[in-house]
Amino acid sequence: MSEQQITDIIEKYRGRPGAVIHALTEIQHANHWLPREVMHEVADALEVPFSQVMQIASFYKTFSLTPKGKHELHVCTGMTCHLRGGARLMAKVEELTGLKPGETDTDAKFSLEAGSCLGSCSIGPELIVDGKHYGRMTPERAADVLKQYD
Amino acid sequence: MNDAIVQITLQIDGKEATVPAGTTVLKAAQQIGVAIPTLCHHPKLEDYGGCRLCLVEVESRGRTNYVVSCLYPVENGLVVRTRSEKVDKVRRVIIEELMAHAPDAPELVRLAYEYGADRNRFEKEAAFCVMCGLCVRYCDEVKQKHAVGFIDNGHAREISFIPEIAATECWSCQECFAICPTSYAQAAYLMTEALAFPGRRKKESAPRDAAVERLADIPAVPMTFVKRPPASEPELAK
Repeated sequence: MSEQQITDIIEKYRGRPGAVIHALTEIQHANHWLPREVMHEVADALEVPFSQVMQIASFYKTFSLTPKGKHELHVCTGMTCHLRGGARLMAKVEELTGLKPGETDTDAKFSLEAGSCLGSCSIGPELIVDGKHYGRMTPERAADVLKQYD
Repeated sequence: MNDAIVQITLQIDGKEATVPAGTTVLKAAQQIGVAIPTLCHHPKLEDYGGCRLCLVEVESRGRTNYVVSCLYPVENGLVVRTRSEKVDKVRRVIIEELMAHAPDAPELVRLAYEYGADRNRFEKEAAFCVMCGLCVRYCDEVKQKHAVGFIDNGHAREISFIPEIAATECWSCQECFAICPTSYAQAAYLMTEALAFPGRRKKESAPRDAAVERLADIPAVPMTFVKRPPASEPELAK
């Protein structure tokens, strides 16, 4: 993620106070997190108070105010996935990555998040890596999936 | 058509009130001298509807409804009851819930006495902030400095001073301290000050020569505290 890319995104929305969420979402997706200086730039360019940008960035779970890993792992802990062994899957993923939900590893490779129902109950328990859904996941297969990412 | 402002007549606690269309029930009640308790309302600020204490019973076209009076616009023939049994009960529970956060806030103590609320009904979770948003809205709307804002969401939501802005704007203002019902705005600010620009209070409030400063017996800065209720204030209902 280059600084130029962030600047381009901010320039696209310059002077449009209503587009704070759009700008932040794009930066979040490109950069995986929102550094404070970037939020200051957003506030100045879009002509909204910094406190409002902060309010929005801290309100929605989409946005991260701390650095995230290159790959974002989501393990579903919702009811259906839980009944289908979601807890065992989570334990295995925690063991493989050495992370607890909400954490990022030191070389910023993986971030792990838990989610209560990620919307694919019919293929549960599921593991999502960077938006790609892996359904009917077993603890054994989880290792093979994670190996594909580095 | 004439440009005259449409006047609306409604009834509040049996009294007639005639006010311009678009007025809120709360304003109409205040005009004819009917008291409705509020916490998050401030005449200088936009209506917010956050604390729900100003809830009243309204009856129009035969239907009874419960609405927050600070946001509800008047209508012709509206019958408003500000102290029905159910209204009092709802207010009592709201006060009890807020007192789990700020058990000693003077305004809440007074309201608890009036409505017979039990301050110990809910387990204490001393956050001290009741989320009325007065400080945030005052800073945004009146001062337009945006130095304090809400952070996070749900149960974790809290007010927070933005150090970058607070460092330059708050020192000479501090007006939100006086409008905060619980004095939490002051606490939050002092915490920010202590973390973001430590020592400033000592330096800027007591400019003495270095020798005196080294003695480190500089008295605490006089600060404006929100007035506590007088000693004669009745004790809380148990």
